[in-house]
This record gives sequence, C-alpha cells and structure tokens, in this order.
Amino acid sequence: MNSEPQTDEAAFREGSGAAAVADAGPSAAPATFRPPTPATGEEHPADAPLSIHDMTVAYHRTPVLWDVDFDAPEGRLIGIVGPNGAGKSTLLKAVLDLIPIVSGRVTVYGQPYRKQRHLVGYVPQRESVDWDFPVSAVDVVCMGRYARIGWCRPVTRRHKAAAMECLDRVGMADYARRQISQLSGGQQQRVFLARALAQQAKLYLMDEPLSGVDAATEQAIIAILHELRAGGKTVLVVHHDLQTVPQYFDYVLLLNMRIVAHGPTADVFTKENLRKTYGGRLTLLDQAAHAMARRGRE
Amino acid sequence: MHWTSLDTSIVIVAALGAMACALLGSFLLLRRMSMMGDAISHAVLPGLVAAFLISGSRSAMAMLIGAAVVGILTAAFTQWVHQLGKVEESASMGVVFTALFAVGLVMIVRFADSVDLDPECVLYGAIELTPLDTVTLLGKPVARSAVVLAAVLLLDVAFVLAFYKELRISSFDPALATTLGIHARLMHYVLMTLVAMTTVACFESIGSILVIAMLIVPPAAAHLLTDRYGVLLLLSTLLGAASAGLGHLGAIWAPTWWGFEDTNTAGMMAVAAGLLFAAAVLFSPRHGIISRALQRLRLTLRITIEDVLGLLYRVEEQGLIIRPGAAIELLRRTTGSGWLGRLAMAELRRRRCIATMADGLRLTGAGRRAAASLIRSHRLWEAYTARHVALPTDHLHHSAERAEHFISRPMREALAGDLDGVRTDPQGRTIPNGGTALDPTKAGA
Repeated sequence: MNSEPQTDEAAFREGSGAAAVADAGPSAAPATFRPPTPATGEEHPADAPLSIHDMTVAYHRTPVLWDVDFDAPEGRLIGIVGPNGAGKSTLLKAVLDLIPIVSGRVTVYGQPYRKQRHLVGYVPQRESVDWDFPVSAVDVVCMGRYARIGWCRPVTRRHKAAAMECLDRVGMADYARRQISQLSGGQQQRVFLARALAQQAKLYLMDEPLSGVDAATEQAIIAILHELRAGGKTVLVVHHDLQTVPQYFDYVLLLNMRIVAHGPTADVFTKENLRKTYGGRLTLLDQAAHAMARRGRE
Repeated sequence: MHWTSLDTSIVIVAALGAMACALLGSFLLLRRMSMMGDAISHAVLPGLVAAFLISGSRSAMAMLIGAAVVGILTAAFTQWVHQLGKVEESASMGVVFTALFAVGLVMIVRFADSVDLDPECVLYGAIELTPLDTVTLLGKPVARSAVVLAAVLLLDVAFVLAFYKELRISSFDPALATTLGIHARLMHYVLMTLVAMTTVACFESIGSILVIAMLIVPPAAAHLLTDRYGVLLLLSTLLGAASAGLGHLGAIWAPTWWGFEDTNTAGMMAVAAGLLFAAAVLFSPRHGIISRALQRLRLTLRITIEDVLGLLYRVEEQGLIIRPGAAIELLRRTTGSGWLGRLAMAELRRRRCIATMADGLRLTGAGRRAAASLIRSHRLWEAYTARHVALPTDHLHHSAERAEHFISRPMREALAGDLDGVRTDPQGRTIPNGGTALDPTKAGA
C-alpha cells in the first residue's frame, strides 16, 4: 500500500507534460483549479453502480488525478487503460476511500461509498500482499466474507463451504489447503479472484488481475469476468495489455491523470484517443492547464 | 542445584512475560515490522516519566497507562514521519524512537532526578528480585510482577481471540480489510498500544533490551515450523514459555558445570530463545536445513540407484558382465563420489534387484523389470526429441539422461503413443517393452 504512491509519483515526475503542470502551479491548489473539461456534475444518473463526481486526488501536494468525472454503466465489463503513472490504481483506491481525495465525491448506487461497502468487491494488485503469510488458499478466500460474518465472530463451516465453492469456480478447489506461497503467480491471482467472488458484491474493482499470469489463467479469469457481467455485475478492471482490450472489454476508460475518453470500446478505443492517452505526454489538455495555471499565478 | 519456591516464582514471572511478548511479537513479525517492538520499548520512556510526574508513584497502573499513550503516539509519529517526510518506514521508526527516548532522558534529568530509576535494572531487568515484592492474593503471597504480567497476558490473549480474524486480515491485506469496514489502521494502533503496555510490564523482570528478544525470536522460530496462522500464534507463545523455563534452568544450572556462580535469568532466556530458533532452523520439517539436505540426498540416491540399473541393463544388453568394483568406479566418475554408488548398490541388493555372481554383477528379475522401465523412458524420450526437436543425435542422450528419472508412467505411454510403431531409439537400439518402475517412495528408506 505504501509503495504505490511512490511509483505513481516517480512516473509522474518522469512525464514531461505532467512535470510542466506540477512546476507551473504547486501553489495553485488542485482543489480550486479547474482545467477546461466539459461541464460536469449535474447529469449523473442517480443509481449508477459507480459515480465519480469531479474527483481530484493528490499525494502530498502533487496531484495524481485531476477532475475525474465518470459514471460506470451497469452490467458492463469496463477496462481502465493508461500509461504507467496515469493514476489507474490510484483511481480505484480513491474510490475505495483507501487514500484521501482532495475534492469531489464518489457514490455507489446513488449513496456515498461508506454506506455501500458491502456492494463493492476489490481485488488489489497481487504484489500488494506478503505471500509468505501463514494462511491457506481457502483462508484467503474466507477473508472475502469477513464483513458478512461480522466483528469478532468466528469463520464457521458454512462460510468455509461458500469459500470452497468460489475456489471451485476459479478451478482452484484442489489447492484449497495449500499455503499461499506454494501457489504459482497465476494461481495466486485466481485465489484473489475467488476472494472477490466470495464478497458477493454488485460492483467489482480489480487492479491488474491479468498481470503476470499464464495464458490459461488469463482465459479462466476472463471467463469469470464475463460470467460476472452476465450476472448483471459491473466490473472495472485496470488493464495493461492494449492488444486484448477490444476483445475483453465492452467499455473503456482511457486515463492519463485525467479522463481522456470513456465509452463503448468500439467508439472510444481509437488510434486518436490512444495517442492522446499514451503518445506525447503534453496533450492539448495539459497545454491548456499549463497556460491557465500560469495565468492564475500572474 | 536446589529448586526452591523462589525459582518457581521466577519461572512463572518469566514465562508470563515471555508468552505475552511472543504472542504480540507474532503479529509484528507477520507485518514485517518486528523492529517496531524495539522502537516502542525505547520510546515509552517519556510516557513512564510523565506518568510518574503526574501520579507521583511508580505503580504498575500509572506506568501501563503512560506506556499505552506513548505507544499510540509512537505508532502515529512513525506513520507521519513516513508519509509527510517521505522517509522509509524503518528509518522513520528510528527517528521517532530515538527522539522520544531522548525526550524521556531529558525529562528524567530535568524533572525527576530523584526518581529511583536504575538504568541497569531497566535494561536487563531484575527478575531474581521479583519474588521478594509480593502482594496477597486469595490469602497467599504472590509476586507483584506475576500479577501484573498475568493481567497483561490475559488482556493480550483476550484481544487476539476476540479479533482473531480481524487481526489476520489487517495483517495480511490491510487495503482489503479497510474496504470491508475493518479499520486496519485502528487495529494497528491497538496492537501497538498493547505492545507498549506489554513491554513496559516486562521491564522490571525481563528488561527493556531482552524483551526485544522475546518479541522477535519465538515468533521467528514458530514461523519456520508452521504455515498455519493459528498454530503459529500458539507455537510462538509456547516457545516463549519454553525460553523462560529453559532460560532459568540454564541460568542456575549451566554455569555450575564450569564452576561458576549462577547467572542472569533474563539473559539466559534470550540465549534459550536463540537456541530454540537455531533448532528450528536446523530441524524445521519443511524449511529446515536438515530436512532439505535429506530431501536432496534422497533424490540423489534415487537417481544413482536408477543409474546403476541403467548401467547393468546396457552392459547385459551387449552380452557383457561387469565386476562390482568396476561399476563403482564408473559411478564415481559420473556422480563424483564413490560412497553414493556403494550406497545405491547396497540398497539395490537389499531390495533384491541385483546380485553378485562369481563372474560379476547381474540384474535379478525384479531388477531387470525396473531397469527396462527406465531404459524405455530414456529411449522413448530420445526417439521423441529426435522426431520433434532439431537436435543433433549426440545431444539427445544428455537430455534423456536427465529426463529418464522424471518421466512418469502416463507420460511414458503418451510418448509411446506419439511414436506409434517406433521400436528403436535413434541409435537403433531396441526400446524395451513394459517394465515396472521401482517404487520411488521406498527409495532410500
């Protein structure tokens, strides 16, 4: 959890455009500064699985996400795509209240996130935990049910059975008793996915569930994600492999510290948008922001 | 050596303290922040002085409350220095605990010079003196330290049992815990408070330096011995108690072997914990040095046994016979050690796979079946790689030489299926049919 900010920041500083913005206005607080994005705030549907209103996130005083405004359509498999340091993981963590947001707010099915925790499932990056921890695969999956079990109550046989079912769905039932360091990377990722299934959420946020897994695991995970979508769940997935985006996701969010574009994959996943997201960090938006920040200072 | 009621009392005090430390230390270990215990045990000093100044007494209650407050502050300061100062977590721990320790020293010099704070006593503890300071409990005199430590241990155990799964998830995956509404940071602060109180409760008996050994060493040993969370907690606590018992025994007993007076119990507790840890490193069933060496030896022996079988099969195939001495000499050249070959041949004789006749070594029926299965694997693999991989023929043998030991029966038949109808290897030697592999579970038994 603590290493993430640093990597994001490091990448942030590397980006020339990003650095230009940061240099231009450390004194211009991100909370008050508005780049010229389209008018926002009013037209959010009341019951979207996830609504992010005008959210800005900063580590210390360095902004990482600027004025993110986004509604996740229900029952879609949404890919979040962008270069390193674009703030993809930060977006998920900010939504989940794991890092503070400078401004804006987040609603889940029309209510503040804090009231709707039980509707949201989370798959953190695999590297974020210590796999030498003395627990078995089924123990990890049971963790997905801790909120349901309640404070100070033991994990009963019923919950273990439910966890076993989830392990079975990801094809890991045979490895239930294994200590988690004895699993391969792909198997560990499947265990994480099973844990998310055990949460029985309606909205899932997954941080690179396909990173470092073998081809078979990738297919198995995609099959589960499609199953979730078929069951009416909304799934947001941070994804790094551009080639597979059109094949896996029906909706994309292109992110590079701001939202570059979002919409159905067929409309939005275009060469032009990708160039804006990845190529030449100094995009038009950055230039405009740079200019405005400079004027604001004068 | 005379074992008196004083010794019993000392061991009880030591065990209660060690168990409390080892239990909480397990969580520090699992969170990879064992040095936090070190930091807190030093940082509590200003809390103790402040508690003394406010309450005007050195009562256990005042000291524990002072420790608890500073424990929370240490955890919070460490977090702040880490986040705001962009300093690595261990470095920020170092900054905070030395600063607080210094503040404590200044406070002693400035305000509380009259306090009877014997540095040596705080550093190393004075467990030998604890039975002398008693309170009356249920009509019996009980060491005051024992009562305080029992209360602290009870508190720690109650906390761990009540928040068993919450501690597990917030140690393993604090981010997920927080999204589930289990406040990982709150759990962290409560844990640090308990660590501070426990270490302070141990100062009098175990001392502020040796308490760190009890926080770190038993959990580290337990982690080597198990990969179950609950077992680890229990084992760590038991190892803590064992260190206490063995430590005191060592203190009053061991020095007399060399004609010395008995020595400091707290010091010997740390030594005992260290020895238990060393034993865990050596004998741990999964990660231990000995078990890993045994596993390696077992594998090497199995491979050598199979090499002997293969050698004899090939010799017999050419209508020749080999003398035991020559066979061992051949094996010595390939494996690099003569005794391994001898051991393998002894094992094969014991299992009645080979027999020494007047003219040399011969395979028995069982031996020939085992060898045939091995040679079949070898030659099928050569034929298979020759067909599918563009390797020169003289390279095939080397790969097959390794593969033959690891090809299972189903794999062998899959190879045979792929090579449908091929009866010879690339060098034109017959691929034997059938054969029964040696039971690998019996190898080296």
